[in-house]
Formats: sequence, C-alpha cells, structure tokens
Amino acid sequence: MNKTWWKILGSVLVIYTAIAGLLLGVPRLPILNETIRNLYFHVPMWFAMIVLFSISVFYSIKSLSSKSEIDDIKAVESVNAGIIFGILGLVTGAIWAKYTWGQFWSFDPKQNFAAISILLYFAYLILRNAIDEEQKRAKISAIYNIFAFPMMVVLLFVLPRLKDSLHPGNGGNPGFNSYDLDSRMRMVFYPACLGWILIGFWVYTIRFRIRTIENKQQQN
Amino acid sequence: MRSLFINKSIFAVMQLAKEVKYLIHKEVLLEWRSKYTINGVLLYVVSTIFTCYLSFVSLGDKLTWNALFWVIMLFASINGVSKSFLQETKGQQLYSYILASPAAVLISKTVYNILLMLVLTTVALGFYALVFDTFTPPDLLLYYVAVVLGSISFSTVFTMVSAIASKAGNGGMLMAILSFPIIIPVLILLIKLAKNAVDGLPWENSYDEIAMLLAVNVIMVATSLLLFPYLWRD
Repeated sequence: MNKTWWKILGSVLVIYTAIAGLLLGVPRLPILNETIRNLYFHVPMWFAMIVLFSISVFYSIKSLSSKSEIDDIKAVESVNAGIIFGILGLVTGAIWAKYTWGQFWSFDPKQNFAAISILLYFAYLILRNAIDEEQKRAKISAIYNIFAFPMMVVLLFVLPRLKDSLHPGNGGNPGFNSYDLDSRMRMVFYPACLGWILIGFWVYTIRFRIRTIENKQQQN
Repeated sequence: MRSLFINKSIFAVMQLAKEVKYLIHKEVLLEWRSKYTINGVLLYVVSTIFTCYLSFVSLGDKLTWNALFWVIMLFASINGVSKSFLQETKGQQLYSYILASPAAVLISKTVYNILLMLVLTTVALGFYALVFDTFTPPDLLLYYVAVVLGSISFSTVFTMVSAIASKAGNGGMLMAILSFPIIIPVLILLIKLAKNAVDGLPWENSYDEIAMLLAVNVIMVATSLLLFPYLWRD
C-alpha cells in the first residue's frame, strides 16, 4: 500500500477529471463556448511534460558525477515518457485551435515554440542512437540534455511573451486566471494537473523497470 | 587566510588568461599558415549569396531580404564554426589537453570563432547588400549590431555543439540536428532585431531583444563552461 497509494490517487483523479470535466458546468464565454473544457486535458499535458523533463535533467546531472547506468536509463526513460505528453499537448492544442482559431496549425508562436522544444528532445534521442559505447553515450547525451534544458525553458516560457500570440494568457487575451474566477473550473483543473503528473510519473517508472529487466536479460 | 584565498583565485584567473591567450595565438597562427577555414567559408558564403542572386534575381520585399540573409548566415556559420572541433586530429586534442585547462580550451575556441564569424558576417553583409541592391536597411548601425550579436551567439552555441558532435564521432549530420533546435530561438530574436533595423524603428524598441540575446549568450557560455570539463576528458 505504501508504494501504490499515489498510483491509485493518480488514476482516481484522472478518471474524476475525465467525467467531471465533461459534465460539470463551465462559464459561458463567446467563441470559446464548450471548448473551454479543453483546459482540463490540454494544459495538464504540458505540466506532466515539464515535470518529466526536469526529472530527466536531474538524473543527467546525477549520472555525470555518479557514472551509474541506472541514472542514465532514468534520464532517457523520463524523456521518452515526456515526449509522449508533449505530443499529446500539441495534438490537443491543435484540435482546440481548429474549433476556436479555425485552423489546426496557424502560425502561432506558442505552437511553433512547443514544436521546436519537442524537436530538441528528438535530437537528444538521435544523439543517443549515434553512439554505441554505453559509458560514452551516457556522458555525452547527459551533457547535451543539460545544455538543451535552459533553451527549452527560454522557448516555452520566455519567447512566447515577447511575441503576439492568440493563445490564452498571451497578448491581451484572457488567460486561465480570468475565468478561474469561476471556482467550478478550479475544482477540476487542479486535480487534473496533479492526476496527469502522477500518471506521467507512473508511465516513466514502468518504462524504467522494463528497460532494467531487458538489460539484465541481455547480460545473462 | 582570506587574503590567501583571494591571491589564489587571482593567480588561477591569471593562469587561465595566459593559457587562453596562448591557445588563441596558436589557433590564429595555424589558420594563418593554411588559411583554409577562413577562405573556405568566405567562398562558401559568397557562392551561396551568388546562387541566391541567380535564382531570385531581385528581392522586392524587404522582409524576404532580411530572412534570406539570416538563412544564409545560419548555414555559413554552421559550416565555419563546426570546423573548430570536428577538424582537429586526436593528436591536436591531446596536445591542448596536456597543455591547458578545459575552460581555457573552450574560451579560446569560442573567442577564435567569434573573430572568424565577425570577419565572415561583415564580408557577407557587404556582398549581400552589393548584390541585392534593391534595398538597404535605413538603420545600418542597428543592423550591424544585430549581425555582431548574431556572430557572437552562433559562435557560443555552435562551439559547444561541435564539441559534443565531435566526441560522438559522427560529424556533419549530427552537428546540424543537434544545433538547429538550440539556435532557432536565438535566430528568431535576431530576425526580430534585424527587422526593427529594416523597418527603421527607433532604438528604444530593440532594447528588449538586445538584452534577451545577451542573456541567452551568458546562459549558454555559463552552461558550456560547467559542462565542457566532463566532455573533455575521455
């Protein structure tokens, strides 16, 4: 029970937000209408991605000093799990954009920068494929991961503020906080964020365990 | 005790400066003897601009003028700067490894690349303005500031990435894949700054971009200096 309570919590929260997010009342706003519910499904993806990528950087830093294989596997598997959430975030955002902005992909800075930051992590995975020797691969990819992380922060949090964007919260568009005044949404949004972060972490631990078992099988 | 510590750190900084000076001297001397990189990259950029001139004939729109210049600069600088680590032989690397601290190696390479890029971008801008003479930026000084900042940012980012690519032992393609996502945010800022110059806006409108570019460069240099020692020893 000690080890599983957070998995149960995550599942319950995600199931709750899936049901409550579709059924509970939301404020009626022009243009947004019912698409405002996307907030419960789109934004938590980015939170989960950021948490997973931060875990990856933490283990990359650790693996540079400890040189242990386990830290390296943790770093790469959290990137793998984080990329899934990044792609889901892009897809949910694009579907929402189709109904509110009229196009799946308009030339919006937030969409472009999010796509580039995903590219950054694809480059990390390709760098790993390019190196055969394990120790060397662990070291070099950890260095690239740490080097790229500040750039991802600039891409996702700094640059979009300098540009005009249609995305809620940018360029005079109402952000989450303005319709957050409606406490009904807060009741679903915060549990959704926590739930998806926990699910993301769970995905990462499962992937990590599979990889360690595979490695052990190869060694025998 | 405290003064001893200060003396020690002053000594370390002076030692670092000495090593950096020596290594830059070595780089410039080697380059001066063969003149391969500088002439090669200059010919590369001039040929690219000329190819663009032959295919576009003239650029009516000033935004296209600006964008095309930065795309050419991006590819020229990837080719120019990636030479710094990829071209070195194992023996040359061992030589600087024995001779100097990793920080000195990285700083000297970066400074050398900045010098190289400054020469390259200045010549390229001159030739570009000569060939595509339908338009010249009204605020040439601000445009040149953007070019100088571009040279510095390209050098700081590409030096570290070329070190990573060279250690991975898989030259050209890896260099491009690894550096594009990192350089795109910088490139967007540069194009924005250059666009201000093209539109002839007053300088006050560009302070944000200049400050951001300097901040990004400081972050890049700081992370490079922290990480390079791990990369350097095998």
